[in-house]
Formats: sequence, structure tokens, C-alpha cells
Amino acid sequence: MPKNTELDITASPTAAAATENGAVQGEEIEVVKAPDAKPARIVRFGRYLKNNPKFTVGLSIVIAVVAFSFIAPFFTQNPRFYDNPAYDPPSADHLLGTTKLGHDMLAQLAHGSRGSLIVGVTAGVIAVILSVLFGVVGGYLGGWTDEILSLFTSVMLVIPGLPLAIVLSAYLSSRSLWLVALVLAITGWAGSAIVLRSQARSLRTRDYVYAARVAGERPLRIITVEILPNLLPLVAAQFLFALILAILGEAGLSYLGLGPTGSITWGTILNQAQTGGALTMGAWWWFIPPGLMIALVGGGLSLINFSIDEIINPKLRFAPEAAKRARKIEKRLAKRQAKKAKVAA
Amino acid sequence: MKFYVRKFAFYLITLWAAISLNFALPRMMPGDPATIMLSKMFRSGTPTPEQIKAVESLLGGTKDMSLWDQYLDYWQRIFSWDLGISITNFVPVTELIGSALPWTLGLVGLATILSFLIGIIGGAIIGWKRGTVLDHIIPATTLMQSIPYFWVAMVMVFIFSTSLGWFPNVWAYDAYGFSEPEWSWDFIKSVLLHGTLPAITIIISAVGGWLLGMRNMMVSTLSEDFITTAEAKGLRSGRIMWGYTVRNAVMPSIYGFAVSLAFVVAGSVVMEQVFSYPGIGKLLISSVRDNDFALMQGVFLVITMTVLVANFLMDMFYGFIDPRARHNA
Repeated sequence: MPKNTELDITASPTAAAATENGAVQGEEIEVVKAPDAKPARIVRFGRYLKNNPKFTVGLSIVIAVVAFSFIAPFFTQNPRFYDNPAYDPPSADHLLGTTKLGHDMLAQLAHGSRGSLIVGVTAGVIAVILSVLFGVVGGYLGGWTDEILSLFTSVMLVIPGLPLAIVLSAYLSSRSLWLVALVLAITGWAGSAIVLRSQARSLRTRDYVYAARVAGERPLRIITVEILPNLLPLVAAQFLFALILAILGEAGLSYLGLGPTGSITWGTILNQAQTGGALTMGAWWWFIPPGLMIALVGGGLSLINFSIDEIINPKLRFAPEAAKRARKIEKRLAKRQAKKAKVAA
Repeated sequence: MKFYVRKFAFYLITLWAAISLNFALPRMMPGDPATIMLSKMFRSGTPTPEQIKAVESLLGGTKDMSLWDQYLDYWQRIFSWDLGISITNFVPVTELIGSALPWTLGLVGLATILSFLIGIIGGAIIGWKRGTVLDHIIPATTLMQSIPYFWVAMVMVFIFSTSLGWFPNVWAYDAYGFSEPEWSWDFIKSVLLHGTLPAITIIISAVGGWLLGMRNMMVSTLSEDFITTAEAKGLRSGRIMWGYTVRNAVMPSIYGFAVSLAFVVAGSVVMEQVFSYPGIGKLLISSVRDNDFALMQGVFLVITMTVLVANFLMDMFYGFIDPRARHNA
């Protein structure tokens, strides 16, 4: 079997890069011996991440937003309290102004963050479970099981997710946060499954997996104990990817009025801003903050994802540094030569 | 040859699955879409018995037909390109889709190609100059990628339309000046003016992904042995960059192009709503709002099939340019 040289369909350009990276990760894993080397590997990851500014910035942003969504609601007004002046620009009384109906924007934003994050995390978890189920199990077992699972995955990947989510939501007249998360997970897991499958396929032929199989381990144990731990960085990356996708998807659905009914999320705020005429009234404080929050969370998660990508693919990590060093040496050589020429003259 | 047969079979199965999904959805989901839609139709006019039958066979609700017969009947309708009628004025669904599709294809197609080119060329340059200041652009692109399309659209409308008044923000052309599309310079100008903001929206939201993917592939490819060989041979750096590195690094992006189309179509569905752009996305949303289920199913089917066809063509093209893909199939 060719070792992961095939090019699979992937969800996005980033994911496409991740598949390519897969081969590289595999090579690195081969160097690591037996289970006793595993903790060291994780410690190495941790040390690398700690010194990575991208990771630090990304994690700080995400922690800040999560903290805001859990702490701020205790200090703000009731987000549904509407006895404030309408269309008030940001002031000392209302830090982010008020909406057309007199809701306090800060309160709305704080509660909205909570709703959006709940939907995102739930959908992300379900999507990752689905993609591990379809990708890793199929990739490891191979044969007909793999054919059927990967066919199903590919079909799901080609059917556009958000339109499907829109159609599904249209039939559901009342939607809870959980139901919306489920819809987004069902429409968004396929890309990750394909990335995981190609990696699981390459792990399947490693010596330690063979050894486990020869020793008579059951497939379930091999998948959970031998394969999944080695896929952990990739699974983490896929979770973050699914999380971003779900937060964006929820915002889109809610903006169209198809989000969770009776809950406040970033998307429902944007929906009300659009229908309440915030754009024509120039009430920027109504629609700028929720969008910025989405971009912040998404950007923070992407930064974390980016540093995980650098761990999975050492080339990404070392190549720019090596190039920098080479350029420095070149410069120094050029300087030395110039000096020599001067002396000779 | 095996590659093409396999791909062809895959897309046939996917097509079957997509159409069957379209058949199953209204029957599986809670509520009774056929009854809801019919009661709406009776409120706004008198549908003919044929129209009633069309709605029932598309959405379910016929009690005197077995599920299998309904399925066969459904396929018959799909093959004769009969997707039922819309609630508004009982216009055939295919007619509505036919007038909306060119707008979306033109706008989304053009904007996607533009953002692809900008992203690939930009990513190639940033990847080539790895280890320099340009590396710092990368984190910024991740931020750009995570901004929702429609929010960019809202900000665009707010700044360039309502505040500055540079661009119109409703419809694809001046609907007061022209009663219907025509071939005149003024009309084309109006279309371009109306399309600028939506196109910029798509480019801003989509370019980051291409940039990042291409840059990462460039960096990976640059550390391959054949690049070192090329350098050792003393080739010009321009040749190494475009002829050796970009050529190899661009492959996954080309493949991702078709896949991303699904995302762009999805993203533009919501974006069209912000600009009231009369494309397929706005049609989908208004059908959802009106409980116009036949129209909704029809639009969803057309979106799916468009993405399918794009993927199919790209697969064929990819197999043609990259022998490895053919070999491993």
C-alpha cells in the first residue's frame, strides 16, 4: 500500500495542507519508541507551545472571551430588560449603547457569547466524535467497512453544509441551542473525517500497530490505545476547526432567523440589528461588537490551530528559521567581501 | 482509466444520494410540509389538481401511494426537470431558479476565481520569502478567515453604502432604472456597480484560506531535496520559485478549489441576503421565510448539483494534470 501519498479530498486549503503534513507527522512518530517515550513527547509539545507567541496570543484571546461569557452576565443588566432609551450610543450608563428596543448591548453581548460558545463547543464535540468514528475506524479497519464509511463521508463532504443546515432548520419549527448544535455537527464533520482517515491509514502499517495486532489485541483496543493517542494533535486541530465552523455556522443560521429560538447568541443579535435597521440608522455599536467577537474567537482558535500545525509539520517550524539563518550568513559574507574589496583597493 | 471509472461511479452515487436526500427530507422531518404549503396556496389562489399532485409528490402527504411509488414518481419528475411550483403566483420553481442562478454563478464564480488567484500568488510570495517580515502576515490571515461573510457584508454596506454613499446596496442592478436586464452599456455599468461590494466581501473572506494553504505548502516544498538540487544546479531563483516550487505546491490548492466552492456558495447564501442580491441564496432564504417548501427543496437540489458538477470537473482535471492522483485511485 502506498504510504499516504494519495491526495484526498479535504475541507479547505488549510486542511489540504494538513493532509500533506500527515506524511511528515507519521515519519516523526516512527522515531518515537515504545509507550515509555510518550509522556516525553507530550512534554515536548507543551514546552514548544509555551514558547510559541502565536499559541500564547491565541490561547489568551480564547480564555478572555470564555471568561467574558461566564463572568460578565453576572454584572450586566438582564439582556431582555427593555426600559432603556432606544438607539443610545455608547456612554457611561450603557458601555456599548442600546438597541432599537432599548436592550443594553453589553448585556446582550455577554449572554450572546455564552449561547454561541455553548453551540460551538457542543457541535465541535459531536463533529469530532463523528469524524473519529468514520475516519479513524474506517481508516484502520480498511476493506469494505472503509469503502462504505469513506464513500458516505465523501458524499457528505460534497453536499454543501450550510444550505443543508438551512433546509434542516426550516423544517424544525422550534430549535433549542442543542438542536442547532446537532444540525451544525451533522453538516460539518465530513472534512475532518477525511483528514483523520488518511492519517489512520498510514498509522495502520506501522510496526507497533502490527505488533499489537500480532499480540492479539482487539481492534477497539488498538484504535483507542495505539492509534488515537498518536492522532491526538490532529484530532485537537480538527476539534478547533469544527468549533470555528460551528460558531460561524450558528452565526449564519441565526442571522437568517433560523438559529436557536428564544436564546441570545451573536448571530441573533446580528439578525435583530439587520431587521431593526441598525445599518441605515448608523447604529454601529449594535452590529460591530458581535461580529468582532466572532472574528476574535475564530482568530484565536485559528492561531492555536496554526501552532498545532507547526508541531505536526516540523518543516513549517524549522524551514523559516533555517532560511532566516541562511540569509543572515549570506549578508555577513557579503559584508566581509565588501570589506576585503575595500582593503584591496 | 480505472481512475475515471471510479470517479464517475462515485459522482453517480453522490448524485443519487443527493436526490434521495431531497426526497427523504420533507418526509422525515417533523411537521407536514405538504399540508402547510397547500394551505398557503389555497389562501392565495386556487391551485389546479395537477399542481396539488405535484406538491404532494414532491413533499409527501399523499396517503393513497406507497412510499416506493412516490419515490419512482419523484424520480420521474426530476428527469423531466419538474420541481413543482412556487407559492408566489404559482410560478414553476425551475423558472425562478433559472432567473436567479446566473447572478450567483457570475458573482460567486468571478469573485472565487479572483480570490483564488490573489491568494495563490500572495501565498507563493510569502512562502518564498519565508523567515522574513512577511511571515507576520500569516496570523492576520487566520483572523480574516474567521470573520463571517455576512458580517463583512454588513460592515461594507454600513461604510460604503449608507455612510459614504459610494455604492448601492440593494439588488443586482438599478431596479428603478431598468425594468428587466438588457444589453446596454448603462446596464452593465449598473451591474458592475452593484456587484462590487458583494465581490469584495467574498474576496476578503475567502482569500485568507488560499494564502495560508499555499504559503504552508510552499514552505514544505522548499525543504524538499529536488529544490536543493535545483539550487545546486545554479538555476535562476525565478525558475526555482515558479517552475519548481509553485508548480508542486499549488496542487492541493487546485484540488481544494472545487471543494471550497461548496463553502463559497454556502457563505454567499447569507451574504446575498445582506445585499438583497437576487441570486440563488436570496431565493433559498425567501422560500424558507414563506414556507415555500417546493421552492426550497428545488433550490437546495440545484445548489447541491452545481457543487457536484464543479467537483466532478475538478476531479477530472486534477487526474489529468497529476498522474499520482490517477495512480493511487
